[in-house]
Amino acid sequence: MNAEIALFLIQDGLTNGAIYALLALALVLVFAVTRVIFIPQGEFVAYGALTLASLQLGKLPGTAWLLLGGGLVVAAVELVQAVRLGAVRRIPAILFNYIVIPSALLSLAWWAAPQKPALTLQILLALALVVPLGPMVYRLAYQPLANASVLVLLIVSVAVHLAMTGLGLVFFGAEGSRTPPFSDAQWKLGVLNISGQSLWVMGSSLALIVALLLFFEHTIYGKALRATAINRIGARLVGVSPAMAGKLSFTLAALIGALSGILVAPITTIYYDSGFLIGLKGFVGAIVGGLISYPIAAAGALLVGLLEAYASFWASAYKEVIVFTLIIPVLIWRSFTTHHIEEEEE
Amino acid sequence: MSRARLVLGVFVAFMLAAPLLLPEFHVTLLNYIGLYSIVALGLVLLTGVGGLTSFGQAAFVGMGAYTTAYLSTAFGVSPWLTLIAGLALTFAVSVFLGFITLRLSGHYLPLGTIAWGISLFYLFSNIEFLGGYTGISSLPEINLFGLALDTGRKFDYLIWALALLALLSVDNLLDSRSGRAIRALKGGGLMAESFGVDTARMKIVIFVHAALLASLSGWLYAHLLRFVNPTPFSINAGIEYLFMAVVGGAASVWGAVVGAGILTVLKQWLQDLLPRLLGQSGNFEMIVFGVLLVLLLQRAREGIMPLVLRFFPAPKKQLQAAAPELPRRTQPAAGETLLELTRVRKAFGGLVAVNDLSFSLSSGEILGLIGPNGAGKSTVFNLVTGVLPLTGGEVRFRGERIDILSARAIVPHGLARTFQHVHLLPTMSVLENVAIGAHLRGSKGVISAALRLERAEEAMLLAEAARQLERVGLGDSMHEQAGSLALGQQRILEIARALCADPVLLLLDEPAAGLRYQEKRALAELLRKLRSEGMSVLLVEHDMDFVMKLVDRLVVMDFGEKLAEGLPQEIQANAVVLEAYLGGVK
Repeated sequence: MNAEIALFLIQDGLTNGAIYALLALALVLVFAVTRVIFIPQGEFVAYGALTLASLQLGKLPGTAWLLLGGGLVVAAVELVQAVRLGAVRRIPAILFNYIVIPSALLSLAWWAAPQKPALTLQILLALALVVPLGPMVYRLAYQPLANASVLVLLIVSVAVHLAMTGLGLVFFGAEGSRTPPFSDAQWKLGVLNISGQSLWVMGSSLALIVALLLFFEHTIYGKALRATAINRIGARLVGVSPAMAGKLSFTLAALIGALSGILVAPITTIYYDSGFLIGLKGFVGAIVGGLISYPIAAAGALLVGLLEAYASFWASAYKEVIVFTLIIPVLIWRSFTTHHIEEEEE
Repeated sequence: MSRARLVLGVFVAFMLAAPLLLPEFHVTLLNYIGLYSIVALGLVLLTGVGGLTSFGQAAFVGMGAYTTAYLSTAFGVSPWLTLIAGLALTFAVSVFLGFITLRLSGHYLPLGTIAWGISLFYLFSNIEFLGGYTGISSLPEINLFGLALDTGRKFDYLIWALALLALLSVDNLLDSRSGRAIRALKGGGLMAESFGVDTARMKIVIFVHAALLASLSGWLYAHLLRFVNPTPFSINAGIEYLFMAVVGGAASVWGAVVGAGILTVLKQWLQDLLPRLLGQSGNFEMIVFGVLLVLLLQRAREGIMPLVLRFFPAPKKQLQAAAPELPRRTQPAAGETLLELTRVRKAFGGLVAVNDLSFSLSSGEILGLIGPNGAGKSTVFNLVTGVLPLTGGEVRFRGERIDILSARAIVPHGLARTFQHVHLLPTMSVLENVAIGAHLRGSKGVISAALRLERAEEAMLLAEAARQLERVGLGDSMHEQAGSLALGQQRILEIARALCADPVLLLLDEPAAGLRYQEKRALAELLRKLRSEGMSVLLVEHDMDFVMKLVDRLVVMDFGEKLAEGLPQEIQANAVVLEAYLGGVK
């Protein structure tokens, strides 16, 4: 291996690592706020990438239908609850949020897709179609179980992952897609070729991380999420609704997932089930940070990216084996550094 | 004959006749259900009973399958030897994985198993001598006493014989001293540790047990198909196994068979129906599985078995009147110093919760430790029982230092405790709950339990539990579910459980909290009776009325320090104590 290859692998690793870092942050966020280990994070990556790919082909993405379908189910659940509680006043808002808006987005996508709008508009449209699925998933799968143990929530996560992967197959088909890069620019820096795409990925990740930081430090909703993460009951007592916190954290996670998918789509071919492995690599990073620390999780994710890049150079067939075996030394290290006092659940 | 035995008999008869009568397709389904049941059984034990989870069981199935496939084709080793090799390999790997993940909090094990499951799947797919994605074919058939099991029909008997053995052994295990310890894991483990159960070891035991069952299923699978490739050992298969255990539920080991049966038939049907419905091919059944699993966890977290078990009321535990008594320790002479705290100190960061507290307790007395809320009483209790480490000072029991010991290591010295918030296993009978207290007075482990070699000891343990229940006056409720008792009775149950440990000193943490007047009187009555029988008691309490009428001596705490010590009358007249409780008049 010469310096050129080594540097190239570092660039490659950091580019992928930046995406894993985003996912790791979303996973830590969701876990801290809702105690949900969010396995379906990866499905949002795939959905984001494949939705953008459909739009670029001028086709109506399957997610638009999925959004309407999800909206109808949530509306049905909410309506039943509203009628049971006698909260008739909520009905217009339910109809608007879960039926009118998804229908409007579906119509918009139907109208806009064949016209192949500019890339920025396509990305915005793709996000608008995928992100609302986040809070819907929370409402349907997790909210009724908000007080269940971490273990039950984890099993639910795996079930949601299964269902969403299957739906991905229905709505996107079995073929993979790769979108054209955001930028074809190449810069020469010594022996290294820096691609515009990897700068885009790293820049966007950094921008998103800064945006999240500002959100958590300076907005009332960000503070509400932090409060919930630190003390669920305390936050509830001062008026932070756990359901709101849950939906908001899932919205953010879906946004981060879909954006990661859009960023990764020009680098690698994405299939309906590719998200799982990408999301799990974010997980390995998050576990390095103990599912608690944002900076260590991000650093762990970069490490995963680098390890993957070098593994695919040295032993490409064993790439996944090496990346996922990394978790074992990490767990050994954690098991000797954490003195865990048994939490009581159920 | 009980209804359960009758159904079991019908089931065995059906299994004997089925391979002879059913069409090939149905025999194949039965074979798969048997294979899956064995894996799901491990998860019923691990997840349903023990509260731990693995998504990586398919990887252990793969280990069993690939070990035999490789050894029997490359070296012509007999399948019976490769079975042992596969189990040995699985044992080593699962002990290692269990050791590194089970010490961490609950969710690291499932996450670790996902990563490990994926990793092993890619390993199977890429290792050349394991055939890569194409796998290994032409495995030898299994010979049983000269009979070649070369058809699915013949193989069916082997699968179901092993499945039944596995079911019965796990059923036996759960109904034993070790089984009670395993069932106590789910509540968090503190209670089990307080009666001497090594919960970390118990967790590894059930994890390894589940892994070995998976490996056995893999060995059977490989020789049934006489071909292996990586696909059936993917993480998705691991998820399906867990799904089977959740569908069946943990109320009975038969949940594994029910779950495996339902899922296998449902999958077959959906794989037929959905692609036709959607007009394209693919594994669409996973959508239905995912949605069903979420609904099941939301609506019926206990699975299907509780509904089935309604028709099979659990038989009452048979108590052998003739069971010999367990050996008892020699009680100390009255007046001997038992517990001695010397300048005990506990600081949480900057907050000093217990500040150089010293007092002692003698044999045969009831000592009350009282104080207003936040005085540090419960902290002292946790320091004495080994739940919290001391910041400074010493705790001695009969002259030996116990402050350096863990909660589990303190029990054998003769201290037994109750909990402020009762720690019971609500669905287990009162008798079995109490028998947990006698854990350290038995010694038989998992293997003898599975083989029913520990019945003599088990009878002694249960007889002791029954004796202690009679002693505290709960003899009539011993076959009821612990969760159905009133709070006052549950507290008394905890005392019976503590007595089962054959203690020298009983440590009671606010036993009167939340009790009604009559219940308090009954409790005080019981404690007086125990004292008259020579038992010593340390009582942490803040119900003054209850304490004053009961104890021999009092230690009063406030803000982590000892305020006063003496006879109840002296304390009642003590000006400093009155000020602490009622507020000073300035």
